[in-house]
Amino acid sequence: MDRLVYVAMEGAKESLRAQTANNHNLANASTTGFRADLSAFQTRDVAGAGLPSRAYATDSSVGWDSAAGELSATGRDLDVAIKGAGWLAVQAPDGTEAYTRAGDLRVDPSGVLTTANGNSVLGDAGPVAIPPHASLMIGGDGSISVVPLGQEAKTISTVGRLKLVNPPAGDMVRGADGLFRLASGAPASADASVRIVSGTLESSNVNIAETMTNMIELARNYDLQVKAIHTAEENAATSAKLLQTS
Amino acid sequence: MNPALWAAKTGLDAQQTRMAVVSNNLANVNTTGFKKSRAVFEDLLYQNVTQVGAATSQNTQAASGLELGTGVRVVATEKTYTQGNLSQTGNAMDLAINGRGFFQVLLPDGTLGYTRAGDFQLNASGQLVTSSGYTLQPAISIPQGAQSVTIGNDGTVSVQLAGQSTPTTVGSLQLADFVNPAGLQPRGENLLTESAASGTAQTSNPGQNGLGTLLQGSVESSNVNVVEEMVNMIETQRAYEMNTKAIETTDQMLQYLSSNL
Repeated sequence: MDRLVYVAMEGAKESLRAQTANNHNLANASTTGFRADLSAFQTRDVAGAGLPSRAYATDSSVGWDSAAGELSATGRDLDVAIKGAGWLAVQAPDGTEAYTRAGDLRVDPSGVLTTANGNSVLGDAGPVAIPPHASLMIGGDGSISVVPLGQEAKTISTVGRLKLVNPPAGDMVRGADGLFRLASGAPASADASVRIVSGTLESSNVNIAETMTNMIELARNYDLQVKAIHTAEENAATSAKLLQTS
Repeated sequence: MNPALWAAKTGLDAQQTRMAVVSNNLANVNTTGFKKSRAVFEDLLYQNVTQVGAATSQNTQAASGLELGTGVRVVATEKTYTQGNLSQTGNAMDLAINGRGFFQVLLPDGTLGYTRAGDFQLNASGQLVTSSGYTLQPAISIPQGAQSVTIGNDGTVSVQLAGQSTPTTVGSLQLADFVNPAGLQPRGENLLTESAASGTAQTSNPGQNGLGTLLQGSVESSNVNVVEEMVNMIETQRAYEMNTKAIETTDQMLQYLSSNL
């Protein structure tokens, strides 16, 4: 069979893969604090006999989009959004420190502050415990203060401060669980300059128009590759016909 | 089938659930004591197709790998316990809680339910009951022939009996509070029940230990913000449409493949 068919097959296969990544972004168009996945095609030369005329295209994740999402006001005390760059530190189920921008926090039955999916939120000194409270405020630097239940409104006690970090975007990688970590695996140090806004949530940063356009482009690219496979098939059929004796 | 189709399908599922939550909020815009919910999304697991940093030779490593996401899911529907507006009804049996806390009602199976809907009525034996007929706890009986019923902001219930100059105290209402009210399990009929996530009920008199006070002659309206829900609905619809488009496009790709080869 013509080698063309393998090059085209690879192109079609990788286009479909890229479509998966694109559909994943689209599916997460309204996930709080979501960061769009960026993927790109890379050329991989095929080594072998003959002229170096063939190169396969392979899809690869080149990282994630660091653009900020929009902030939308929810009015809920425990919703926090990070203004500009920065991350909230959480404890992943395996006990390691990980980072997220999804700030829809809650208090679990034992009083520990967690994210929506149950990971403990880390403060400057480990997980943050929230006592039963009449009201709760989260300040711009992540300080959490409460008016304890049954106390007067002037009795405000500070229960901790969220650990906010801001390592360079290029050092952060997304794990299979959707949480971000430093590529080196070491925990990042707290950064006092990160600002948060309470009572708001950050939307997903997926650019819908771009994603839809990308989807069309990938679909057309796929069609082209399939067409090339089809052409290879026709070529083969024609050659076979020429060689037929009767 | 192709993962591209499945990723888009999870988007449809999630938006559908969100729409159900929005519709439920809108349907309950006039339900006494109703607390709005919202759907919380999270991205699903990532498939590691090519490991980033894998050795491409003895001295070099792949600078980028391939991580394919698998879509989105609804991780929770979470209730928001902000105070609803108090609307005055003038009915002596209507109670609103101004602040934290829940009324306790005895369910037919003997367990306790909790509610913030304070539109109580009297049953045949003179007890305060909810619209569904469940008795308020601690049970309060209003004697026959009571001229008027007064419920103080600390829960004291007193009645004025015919021919008496001073009111008679017939009982005292208590409220329950939870560490994590968002963890209570909604079960319809304006009722919530205790769950492993809510913590156990702590009861005390209204106005004490951080609990809210009672307001007779008012009910708490639902805390649904109609404009917010409408905007959510528009957003949900658009996101749904785009995911449908993604499925359609992926389907066309596969269709083109099968019709051409």
